[in-house]
Amino acid sequence: MSKTMAVTVNVDEFLALNKYEVDEGSAHIVLSEDPDMKEFEKLVRVCPAALYKIDENGATSFDYAGCLECGTCRILCEGTIVEKWVNPNPTMGVELRFG
Amino acid sequence: MSDFDAIVVGAGCAGSVAAFELASAGKSVLVVERGNFAGAKNMTGGRIYSHALKKVFPNFEEEAPLERKITHERMAMMDASSSVAIDFTSAELAREGADSYAVLRAPFDQWLAGKAEEAGAECIYGIAVEELLKDEGGRIVGVRAGEDEITADVTIVAEGANTLLSERSLGNARPRASQMAVGIKQVFELPPTVIEDRFLLPEDGGAAMLFVGDCTHGNVGGGFLYTNKASVSLGLVATISTAAAAENDTPVYQMLEDFKNHPAVAPIIRGAKLVEHSGHMVPEGGYDMVPEYVFDGCLIVGEAAGLCMNMGYQVRGMDFAVASGQMAATAAVRALDAGDTSAAGLASYKDAMEASFVLKDLKTFRRWPHTMESWKALFTEYPVMAKEIMNALFCVDGTPQAHLIDRIKPIVKQRGLFTLARELRGALKSL
Repeated sequence: MSKTMAVTVNVDEFLALNKYEVDEGSAHIVLSEDPDMKEFEKLVRVCPAALYKIDENGATSFDYAGCLECGTCRILCEGTIVEKWVNPNPTMGVELRFG
Repeated sequence: MSDFDAIVVGAGCAGSVAAFELASAGKSVLVVERGNFAGAKNMTGGRIYSHALKKVFPNFEEEAPLERKITHERMAMMDASSSVAIDFTSAELAREGADSYAVLRAPFDQWLAGKAEEAGAECIYGIAVEELLKDEGGRIVGVRAGEDEITADVTIVAEGANTLLSERSLGNARPRASQMAVGIKQVFELPPTVIEDRFLLPEDGGAAMLFVGDCTHGNVGGGFLYTNKASVSLGLVATISTAAAAENDTPVYQMLEDFKNHPAVAPIIRGAKLVEHSGHMVPEGGYDMVPEYVFDGCLIVGEAAGLCMNMGYQVRGMDFAVASGQMAATAAVRALDAGDTSAAGLASYKDAMEASFVLKDLKTFRRWPHTMESWKALFTEYPVMAKEIMNALFCVDGTPQAHLIDRIKPIVKQRGLFTLARELRGALKSL
């Protein structure tokens, strides 16, 4: 499936415009180890921050640092591959200036 | 003795209005907002229909950081390279009571929370409530945020679409992926005069635009565009279950990128400076996803109670939030005065909600979310058909032409007259 998802956009460049206070010490979203590929692919399709990635070798990666805190991954995969989803620690996370 | 008469979790439209009303009635109120300021974690398309706000703040037009009054409504059906649009403006759109405004939540929510503070509510920012406190009988008696436990006779949950407390502390079900949409939005700066020129607006006038079809690559959902004072909000919403399905080969952020590059959209943002990229969920399941919202010592308001409606041509949420916040506060004040904040004591919130436009409108259109969800052709074949009809009208290449009816008939026939009639009838009945 990853090969049919033609992606030309680099969302990281967009996220770089946002204001974040990244909590380096604590991840507010934790995935299960060795996540099921079908579930992971769902998150690749719906995460508006493109935090769920599959590289050309099929390896998965996830980085909570650019999280927009929408909760979409939780609605889809809490109980499958999303093991923990809590709000970021005090004063941490995204800070929208427009919203 | 509780620390406060009421604690409000979340300083969005519903929370701040509830806090304002409670404080105005002389109650001690604490607002706990996880953003470093109200609106810091919030996002809208977006537009607020002002009728409910007017009831709380009769002079809101003069004080609130409104972006533009919406005087122009546009709707477009698009396939990969075409767009068929309706463009509407009337004096009635701007009539007091029926007027609506584009807003940005960072400035707007700060104003609203400021009104609650002016009325006497205390606000704590930058910390999320992690759980609701319960007594041995299961009654909600306050909140825990970090190490702090704070008690109140009434707790109002205004946590928004990602309903962590409602699920984890109140036992409501997690909304299904088919009941929720993911919204993705970008804000582009443009000079005010350029916005007015591009949208054919009078000075300070505003436009709202909704798109259906290729913006979501034929998946259930749609695009939106709102004009702010010196920026435009451009984005789309897609039902989570269908966007996540294996049949969809385009991630939502790529859908947005393709939407931005569509020939009918690209000129709107030409030369504009992207300043923010955001995401937010929208409850779109309508009446049938509204959870239990009255508990012993606790009420749920706004988006957290599923109070949103996407009709395709009309998207509402903030007016429901404002009205529910006001009704919850009224019920809470009454219960506090009577010394009974049990579910029975707070039940007048439910009565008020059911008697109001909030639940009446959600109920009237309860079948629409399902109709839309199962009407794939609306997002795929209809935009193509609309294009073909328009091409039959407007393309002139010197070939001798048939009568209009003979040009259009074969296009409609492809879809099947009966199928078309059945689908449109079904839609009209649920809309």
